[in-house]
Amino acid sequence: MPAIEILGLEKTYTVGFWRKLPKRALHPLRLSVEDGEVFGFLGPNGAGKTTTLKLLMGLVFPTGGSARILGREWTDPAVRAQIGFLPEQPYFYDYLTAHELLEYYAQLSQVPAKERRQRVEKTLHKVGLREVQGMQLRKFSKGMLQRVGIAQAILHEPKLVFFDEPMSGLDPIGRREVRDLMEQLKHEGKTVFFSTHILPDAEALCDRVGIIYKGELRGVGAIEDLTSRVQGKVEVIWQGTQVPPSIKALGAECKAGGDQVRAIVSENQQDAVIDALRRERLRLISITPVRTSLETYFVEQLRRAETTAGTVA
Amino acid sequence: MANSIAHIASNTFREAVRDRVLYNLIAFALLLSGAAILVGQISIEIEKLVVINLGLTAVSLFGVVIAIFIGIGLVSKEIEKRTLYTVLSRPVRRWQFIVGKFFGLAGTLVVNTFFMAIGVFAALFYVSHKFVRADALIFVALYFIVLEFLIVCALALLFSSFSSPLLSAVFAFSLFVIGSFADDLRNFAAMAHGFSRWLATGAAYLVPNFSAFNVITSIAHEQPVAGQLILQNTIYAIFYAAMALSGAVLIFERRDLK
Repeated sequence: MPAIEILGLEKTYTVGFWRKLPKRALHPLRLSVEDGEVFGFLGPNGAGKTTTLKLLMGLVFPTGGSARILGREWTDPAVRAQIGFLPEQPYFYDYLTAHELLEYYAQLSQVPAKERRQRVEKTLHKVGLREVQGMQLRKFSKGMLQRVGIAQAILHEPKLVFFDEPMSGLDPIGRREVRDLMEQLKHEGKTVFFSTHILPDAEALCDRVGIIYKGELRGVGAIEDLTSRVQGKVEVIWQGTQVPPSIKALGAECKAGGDQVRAIVSENQQDAVIDALRRERLRLISITPVRTSLETYFVEQLRRAETTAGTVA
Repeated sequence: MANSIAHIASNTFREAVRDRVLYNLIAFALLLSGAAILVGQISIEIEKLVVINLGLTAVSLFGVVIAIFIGIGLVSKEIEKRTLYTVLSRPVRRWQFIVGKFFGLAGTLVVNTFFMAIGVFAALFYVSHKFVRADALIFVALYFIVLEFLIVCALALLFSSFSSPLLSAVFAFSLFVIGSFADDLRNFAAMAHGFSRWLATGAAYLVPNFSAFNVITSIAHEQPVAGQLILQNTIYAIFYAAMALSGAVLIFERRDLK
């Protein structure tokens, strides 16, 4: 059973005060996310990622379509007890301490009273906020607030977690910490649906990604599938600082760095390179096929969407 | 279900306390003690009358101002700051959120009124050096003031569910002022003719009839309050607040949180 099944959810807002004009934020979206999967929802700013998440959370109402979460109608309140949600750039009741806030959310998430305290403390420890649990949130830095956001999303041990731009605005250390937390959730078998426009994060964490642009889903697939379009080239890495003349003669693109050399050659030149390294007694480190990066695929999809739009216009 | 309402209500109360809303009690205490000392010096025989009138009017006005200024931000502030997102994505219905907010604010006002009532009785004791049986009537006036607060809270929440805090404040305060003269409006409607009669009658019955809750002057003169009025006002306040809250829920249930 898929954890999330989006069955043609769509959203059109009306804009303008006197003359109301329709503005389509999300075209009918069909998407399914499997149980235990980490799914990245990618797209530039304003693509429709947050609208999709708000629709799934019941914060905005769809113009059409429906969805099923954990096998139930997405509007069913019973579903809400089993999901966690971190909004983009979250803001919390800043007059509360981290402990009080989590206690409040635990109450609202129907965590049994006798487990509440222990669950709150465990979660604070998990996100590294145990030391500052008695401090009011108005004194928290942005990174700390993001951690509070993650804590409130996982506090009630949900089966499915939605994160909206979880790394946005964080420094490299903060990003790393959030990434580690998400990896931990993955190991615990949780389903994670997260939106981002930071592609390396998606590449590092996701099993599958979907690309959305101008409210339309442009592509979905496993990272390996999207990036495995080998361009008929391999990357050869060997130890040393020298490039043997026979490899140079093949027209390989070589780059030396530290005590290693990387060369990109076509697949049919691979054996010739290995022979050359053997002759020169150089130690081969690795040979890997060159893949299209997620970034290249992403940019390609957006360009294709722009071209299609231009042709239609 | 009831638990979610109670948790939201208690958090609303905590917010009001932490935002130093109860600091108004200091201003109230200063006003009342100053007035009691002044009245004690300049008036003869009417000290008690002045202290009850001034004290209860201040309780009512302080409470209404708090009800309006907190009430108008209860929903809109949560939407604007997006704190609502992490609440409504949990097993909490939108109506539970509205009702919880209402009880939280109402609870804040009851606690506030309790402390102000202590102040009124203290000032009364200061000027008359004793309590008499008729002073118990002050509790009826305080009860009516609390009923009045319930209506104002519900109205502030209603306006807060669809308009900006500024407009909500204007609407709520205007309704409070018009409602305080509801009796005059009804008298005017009785005297008017034709379309204006219909209009005035409609308006007179639509606005909350706060004048029915104002028994401060008669209590200051130690005139008893009819049990029927207590019952009528109780039913009226509960009905009016429930209607306003239902309106707030109906609007909020359909609202997109952009």
